[in-house]
Amino acid sequence: MSRGAAVLFDAPGPRARRLSLILSLVAGVLILLGIGWILAVLAAPREGPGGLELPSMLSPERWNIFTDPDVWALIWRGTLATLQAAAVAAVMALAFGVVLSLLRSAQSRWVRVPTAIFIEFFRGMPVLLMMLFILLAASTSQFWAVVWALALYNGALIGEALRAGLVALPKGQREAGLSLGMRQLQSKMLVEFPQAFRQMLPIIVAQLVVLLKDTSLGYIVGYTELLRTTLNNLASFYGNRYLFSLFVVTWVVYLAMNLALSWFARWLSRRTESGGGGFSWGRNKGAEPPEDPNQALLVAEASADARTSATGGGAPGSRT
Amino acid sequence: MDAVFDNLPRYLDGFSVTLLLLGVSGVSALVLGTIIAAMRISPVASLRGFATVYTEIVRNTPLTLVLFFCAIVLPILGSTLPFVIAAMIGLSVYTSPFVAEALRSGINGVPVGQAEAARSVGLGFGQTVSMVILPQAFRMTVPPLINVFIALTKNTSVAGGFFVAELFTIGKELANARGDAVVAVLLGVATFYLIITVPLGLLATQLEKKWVVQR
Repeated sequence: MSRGAAVLFDAPGPRARRLSLILSLVAGVLILLGIGWILAVLAAPREGPGGLELPSMLSPERWNIFTDPDVWALIWRGTLATLQAAAVAAVMALAFGVVLSLLRSAQSRWVRVPTAIFIEFFRGMPVLLMMLFILLAASTSQFWAVVWALALYNGALIGEALRAGLVALPKGQREAGLSLGMRQLQSKMLVEFPQAFRQMLPIIVAQLVVLLKDTSLGYIVGYTELLRTTLNNLASFYGNRYLFSLFVVTWVVYLAMNLALSWFARWLSRRTESGGGGFSWGRNKGAEPPEDPNQALLVAEASADARTSATGGGAPGSRT
Repeated sequence: MDAVFDNLPRYLDGFSVTLLLLGVSGVSALVLGTIIAAMRISPVASLRGFATVYTEIVRNTPLTLVLFFCAIVLPILGSTLPFVIAAMIGLSVYTSPFVAEALRSGINGVPVGQAEAARSVGLGFGQTVSMVILPQAFRMTVPPLINVFIALTKNTSVAGGFFVAELFTIGKELANARGDAVVAVLLGVATFYLIITVPLGLLATQLEKKWVVQR
């Protein structure tokens, strides 16, 4: 509809265009005023205890630690710790996802149903709670608590996505595989799975962006990643005076990492979109998948379920 | 097991705070998200730009950082809000772009042909939107919105890390107090979360399944 928004009303004439230009300018001025107000608040000198005047948030006294290369070295180490946890968790989540999707679409009900319950359990629980659980119950290091919790949670989601991708494939793919003399598992692994994986790649990558964001929960369970390094360790070493500037720097680092990954995810989804497959996002042919992985997963799952119930078979694997 | 049942009142205390966080930030995220979505499809260019930048920035900031800002940085800047309110603000701000995205994708999902047909039958802008577009967009928005609220439910646990005594904090305290029954205590906490998230999830899947067939 965004392209077709002009369909909703007559093409704007000179007066309507002028009105929208004026509105645009007014809103722009208001937004600039808002930003100016925030900057003014930040630039105003602070009142300390006992009427003591402290430097403003933007004064160089609050930013001078960033000339010290050691500070940057620590920030870099924190970033690396974040990326390391995210990378290990991502690999594990992918592995879990593959296994879970295969179990979830297994032929035997005795495998399928427990897997479904397992997946629902891990999807419905807060990741933070899972981290605490693993930390206390399995008494591992904080790193492994973070990694395992993220891997289990995202593995469950990726598993669901892959299962939806498997179900969404045209039935002929499996039939062709079987008629070539492949076994069930062979056809699944060699014919169906690669296609499902490719179909669901945008969701999976978007989910990995979420995973990277969620490593910040390590701050709460005590894993020394980026947030804990800057906002806890560095802030307590240099004093709370620098907390604001440290916060801003941390924020920028996170934004840079996440934006880069999101752009990659978007690029990937545009690239894979042209690829064939029996699945379309939404009603418009060639519609882009929703950017939110959760939402995309919902659509994929629902289409998968609708497909299975429409063909009458309970299990996608039982059709031979 | 009795570690759970003995402390049931404390669980319920935490659960009520969680529900409070969920309710208040859910409603305000809905309001905020609707405003952002309206900005994003509005003909006013500067509002559109603002909404896009806001969405990109907030969606790429971890929730932990948002709540850190609300609970720890804001007091440095002179705010005196209680932590519960700060957490509510943080949660609503963090959730609002997801709400906006759900609304926007719902409206985007209505095929252009629908609007074209309505227009060519002679309906005006108001009629087209209210009688043709919105009823169809509504169906496509509800399941994603439910999903956003499920995510919000799980996200309220992060507020527990920032001085709000909700379910997660209670669980942490109880687990520390009852070192012998950590698993039972934490499974108890998980149950409370699952009470909200699993039925909502089933509802969303059910609705989406019902409506996906009609597409």
